[in-house]
Amino acid sequence: MKTVIATVAATLIAGSAMAAGHCAAGKTLTDGTLTFATGNPAYYPWVIDDAPESGQGFEAAVAYALAAEMGFAAEDVTWTRTSFDQAIQPGPKDFDLNLQQFSITAERDKVVDFSAPYYTAPQAVLTTQEVLAAGGAAPTMAALKEMKWGVVASTTALPVVMEQVQPSQSPLVYDDNANVIAAMQAGQIDAALFDLPTALFTAAVLMENGAVLGQFDPAAAENPDQFGMLMPEGSPLKACVDEALAAMTQSGALAMIEAEWLQEATGVPLIK
Amino acid sequence: MTRRAAYEARQRRRANLIAGASTLAVVVLIVLLVPRAPGWDAVRASFFDAEIFVRTFPDLLRAFVLDVAIFAWSVPMIFAMGLAIALARGTHNPALFPLRIFGAVYVDLFRGIPVVLLVYLVGFGIPGLGLPRPWNSPYIWGTVALVLTYSAYVAEVLRSGIESIHTSQRNAAICLGLSERDTMRYVILPQAIRRVVPANMNMLVALQKDVALLSFIGPVEILRQAGIFKSLLANFTPYVGAAVIFLMVTVPATRYADYLMNKDRNARS
Repeated sequence: MKTVIATVAATLIAGSAMAAGHCAAGKTLTDGTLTFATGNPAYYPWVIDDAPESGQGFEAAVAYALAAEMGFAAEDVTWTRTSFDQAIQPGPKDFDLNLQQFSITAERDKVVDFSAPYYTAPQAVLTTQEVLAAGGAAPTMAALKEMKWGVVASTTALPVVMEQVQPSQSPLVYDDNANVIAAMQAGQIDAALFDLPTALFTAAVLMENGAVLGQFDPAAAENPDQFGMLMPEGSPLKACVDEALAAMTQSGALAMIEAEWLQEATGVPLIK
Repeated sequence: MTRRAAYEARQRRRANLIAGASTLAVVVLIVLLVPRAPGWDAVRASFFDAEIFVRTFPDLLRAFVLDVAIFAWSVPMIFAMGLAIALARGTHNPALFPLRIFGAVYVDLFRGIPVVLLVYLVGFGIPGLGLPRPWNSPYIWGTVALVLTYSAYVAEVLRSGIESIHTSQRNAAICLGLSERDTMRYVILPQAIRRVVPANMNMLVALQKDVALLSFIGPVEILRQAGIFKSLLANFTPYVGAAVIFLMVTVPATRYADYLMNKDRNARS
């Protein structure tokens, strides 16, 4: 079923691609191909099975849809891997577009270029069944303040925790999602802040005792966490990418991909 | 002044002049050439942003206090453990043979495992067994990982010191009627420890930097704080700030180790 939807979507998008024209011609790293970068490893549900070439997973699907919109056939799309640090280092980059849930911030925008946002991520609180069973954990700010927090260093989660939650104990900080989960299993932290799709997947699949406590209302946030595709500063592609993304938003193609790959999050309570 | 002394002074002046000129030439070349590289502006903006440096430096300095604290409470444990292992490996009593085996295995194991792995294994693994708070703290188990690794190194350094003391010293002590324990306590160890002070100073400098590995399991020490700034500001300047703070400590420590080593050499020659 998914393949059918994907094919239909791809056909729809390919149809409109002709209209958009080849605004990217001569502006990519290698003429005629569009090079995307993702994380190493790339995480579910953004990329399924760490294989972006399959087009499976939200970001992989968005990448192929965007490429089609910009006039690139699927076989003209190549993938590379970078860390966050490689994406922001001052030298030449080996990708045209880098998408691995990079949040758009004003400071980062000074060093690199971001496309228009392709996803607005609600922030969600991940915890464990044990913490819930022990009581005291509730989706309220007062309860969140008393929890021991852990966050991933390279994300925008730390400022959100510090400014919005203002916990009574200082948070612990880790390199990646796997370490946060290990610390949670070891009982060293009670709660961790992730974007909602990551939190849902982590609770359901990566942890035996995981639970999503609640989500922050993205509409209420002053600076909602928006994911953008990262490009080298001053990239000539930006106008073309933004135009293609706008067309995908308008046609509903982006919403379709989101509905296909990112779970409905209706069961997660809002934090008060 | 004799003609010879005058000649030597002239030679020395000439050597100093040449050394000064060549150093100056290298510095001038670096200062002139590096900014001419095409990517210099981007590199300078990424690594040497003065405004970011000033803004993040106080927070880095505050985070460095944690490094110093971990260092301070680790060192006594490392030396106590290292000495115990060195003594265990040096026992001659046949009944204590298991102790020698234990010492050898301990050293092989903990000197051979990468510190990072040990920090993860001990820092996440042991608390994962179900210890209640506060006994599962990453500070406690991170420290244990550092102590295990560094005590294995220090044990080997101390053992080499003990073995470098000439057998005649031990024999003389026995002739004086000292017990084996007293021989070690009053004759061998005081000489051995003094002899390996420079080597141990190097261990301390290395430990000072490895303390930062504790950040892998949660604590926000200086390198982690710099990493947080890096990802928020998309700029590597905070790491330069952290390097400056590290250098302020490690350079004097290394110089002091050099000084001790020279003093030791002069005393022996």
